[in-house]
Amino acid sequence: MRVEQRYRYVWKPLVFIAALLPALSMLAGVFGIAGQRLGADPVEELLLTCGKTALNLLLLTLAVTPLARIAHRPQLLRLRRMLGLFAFAYAALHFAVYLALDRAFDASMVVEDITRRPYITIGFTALLLLLPLAATSTQRMMRRLGRRWQHLHRLVYLIAILGVWHYYWQVKRDVTEPLVYAGILAVLLGWRVWQRRGARVRAAATSTYGSATAPGRT
Amino acid sequence: MIFKYHQPPPSEITPPGVYLDRRRWIAAATASLAFAGAGDAAEAPPLAKLAAKRNARYSVAETTTAYEDITSYNNFYEFGTGKGDPQRNAATLRTRPWSVTIAGEAETRGSFTLEDILKPHALEERVYRLRCVERWSMVIPWVGFPLGDLLRRFKPTADAKFVAFRTLHDPRQMPGQSAGWLEWPYVEGLRIDEAMHPLALLAVGLYGRVLPNQNGAPLRLVVPWKYGFKSIKSIVGITFTRTMPPTSWNIAAPREYGFYANVNPAVAHPRWSQATERRIGAGLFDATRPTEPFNGYAAEVAGLYRGMDLRRLF
Repeated sequence: MRVEQRYRYVWKPLVFIAALLPALSMLAGVFGIAGQRLGADPVEELLLTCGKTALNLLLLTLAVTPLARIAHRPQLLRLRRMLGLFAFAYAALHFAVYLALDRAFDASMVVEDITRRPYITIGFTALLLLLPLAATSTQRMMRRLGRRWQHLHRLVYLIAILGVWHYYWQVKRDVTEPLVYAGILAVLLGWRVWQRRGARVRAAATSTYGSATAPGRT
Repeated sequence: MIFKYHQPPPSEITPPGVYLDRRRWIAAATASLAFAGAGDAAEAPPLAKLAAKRNARYSVAETTTAYEDITSYNNFYEFGTGKGDPQRNAATLRTRPWSVTIAGEAETRGSFTLEDILKPHALEERVYRLRCVERWSMVIPWVGFPLGDLLRRFKPTADAKFVAFRTLHDPRQMPGQSAGWLEWPYVEGLRIDEAMHPLALLAVGLYGRVLPNQNGAPLRLVVPWKYGFKSIKSIVGITFTRTMPPTSWNIAAPREYGFYANVNPAVAHPRWSQATERRIGAGLFDATRPTEPFNGYAAEVAGLYRGMDLRRLF
């Protein structure tokens, strides 16, 4: 099989199924299938699972470029759009659970939360910022926006920072897990800064990877 | 009545001395089970039954939270910060022998065995709401006796304006104390009039049985109109003081947790609203409900705070 086909018929379907697993496990928990339970506080459990899965996928999305570069496998970039869209889907589901189950569609409560609870403000901001990225994820939008597409999609760095911050801020006391996320994010963003500095030092180096890192080659 | 609890016949009721011994055996058995990788505390033999009559005057007529949820979803950082950690880790706590030190502004002071503490008090059952500052709530049938009845035995002096409580501090029994999320030992306190209020309860059991370790065995406070962190667990010290005693969560985050910590839907936690809560066990779609002032006990306790600015003194 050629690389193209391997990604199309093997890797992409595999990643698709893997990204669906948390959703399936939550679904099994809701209906009590296969011994799955959501525990004493099922709403909290769903909120946490959706939120953490969104963060996991977001960080994974940000790990694709460094991995492709370090492992010399530019074809990995073909998986990036799917990971990013799944991150958006779980973030949207996280908000839906909050809206419907935790807040029972109480609009005034939601408005108060978003305007007066800083951790919710930044979480909601991150979700809003994900919207244009998801909407412009098609080939057509990529072509239409050209260079501006890349500028727009750099928003993902800010979104990831807001997302980790949102998690850190709502933990009552034991911040171990949010700090692990922050550490991983720092490495992923730090690598990019380091690369850029290297590129600037090599001033004229218009590397082949300059185009390989261009997003969304599928 | 919604809550169905059948009163065990006297023949099934174990005297405290025996049950406390049995607890030790249970703890040992659980520890060895865990060691063999064969199970956890959930598989331990049932805890001893306690003789206690329901006190209807101080019981709410709401569906009680399932025993499994009450004993598997706990905030007890002495055994870890995860909700399931206390159930997994609390088997190392030895609740016998146990003694409580009484100190401070009282005529009678000293160290008392748990048996001495419990002896004169008839146990009763009270179904109380429990509201956690994290926005979840339960309804729990506690077994215990009024805190005020115990405190009066030590004849507090006129200088006893507050009562301070202290949890056991022993990292070998409480592995979570090796981490520094809170200062150890855990300490809490009440104003003397709050402590003497008939709703303030010292609990030794729940659902008609001895308290599981993860719920604060062998002796814990239950103050149903305050956020759960006020209801200190595994008490080894009670001190009558002239001044307001330090309290653990207030030390950890003074902006977020006050001394009074009365349940108040109108005063938000600095990071989240307290207007609603999720009732544990109420399912996915009906979990959220409005939080009531003083957790629904305003008629009984609001008078304690007359003239106080509860926004400032949260």
